[in-house]
Amino acid sequence: MHEYPATLRIVEVADARARAAGARRVVRIRLDVGDASGYVGDSVHLYFDPCAAGTLCEGAELEIRRIRVKMRCRSCGDLFERIPLSFDCPACGGEGEPTRIGREFDVVSIDVE
Amino acid sequence: MADIRRISVQEAVHGENDRIAEGVRANLTPRRIFMVNVMGAPGAGKTSTIVSTVRHFQENRPYVVEGDIESDLDARTMRALGIETIQINTGGACHLDAPLVAAAVEELSLDAKGILFIENIGNLVCPAEFTIGEHAILLVSTVTEGSDKPYKYPLAFEKASAVVLNKCDLLPYVDFDEAFFLKGLRALNPAAPVFKVSSRTGEGFAELAAWLESRARA
Repeated sequence: MHEYPATLRIVEVADARARAAGARRVVRIRLDVGDASGYVGDSVHLYFDPCAAGTLCEGAELEIRRIRVKMRCRSCGDLFERIPLSFDCPACGGEGEPTRIGREFDVVSIDVE
Repeated sequence: MADIRRISVQEAVHGENDRIAEGVRANLTPRRIFMVNVMGAPGAGKTSTIVSTVRHFQENRPYVVEGDIESDLDARTMRALGIETIQINTGGACHLDAPLVAAAVEELSLDAKGILFIENIGNLVCPAEFTIGEHAILLVSTVTEGSDKPYKYPLAFEKASAVVLNKCDLLPYVDFDEAFFLKGLRALNPAAPVFKVSSRTGEGFAELAAWLESRARA
């Protein structure tokens, strides 16, 4: 539900960058959305058209890369996707620690013309 | 056909929120106001925790910002105790963000050294994703919610500066697996102290208040 203001912000960022580059319009916006970012790519899609109306982003395509959450094993150093109700490393059984992987909610790049 | 060019952006969508949060912190720190972001599920006892803690303050005036989807019930509870309180109603939004908190903080007098509690919306997901300018995060969890909560809401437990385990007077009546709870918490957050409390009996709040005051002094 909180994707609406975030989508407005995405449009604002892309629109400003495109204007600064002297572009006529934004063709594509690339987003990284981590599973632990708290944001859902589908919902950003849902809000995008109304948010983009009247800006350089109107009609642009949204390309969303979904990033899965990874923990790092404190024993063997492996990055792993956790199994439910556990933070233990599936390879060695060591304790996992949180990483930034899967927290992304970033505008990566835009294509403009 | 026009040329298409790629422009690298690499900008976090939360960047603006984080900048405003940094401004809130920079405003409060020199005024000797220590901001505590209080998070927890609905019914965990966030309001009760604040009420039970401020009774033990020795050297700080309490201030409160109440975040609720609607109603000013919690703010009235605080004001009845003589605590300067501002109510934020988000009208459905699931968390407080830095611009909302920045505006509320402007309305408080903050004229004496103190601890400012921001009671976030009852929710273990979204509040953990937004920094609001806090100096510490207090996560209120309960023995009645169950011991699996660190595994189900890892971000909230990872970000906590301290965990308040409330309703401990009910431990004899519920199947709370404390070892499993602590194993999950420690994987995410090796350092955060855990305060076992009961808002009903008042147990544990003197220790929590002393910890907050020592953090505010540092």
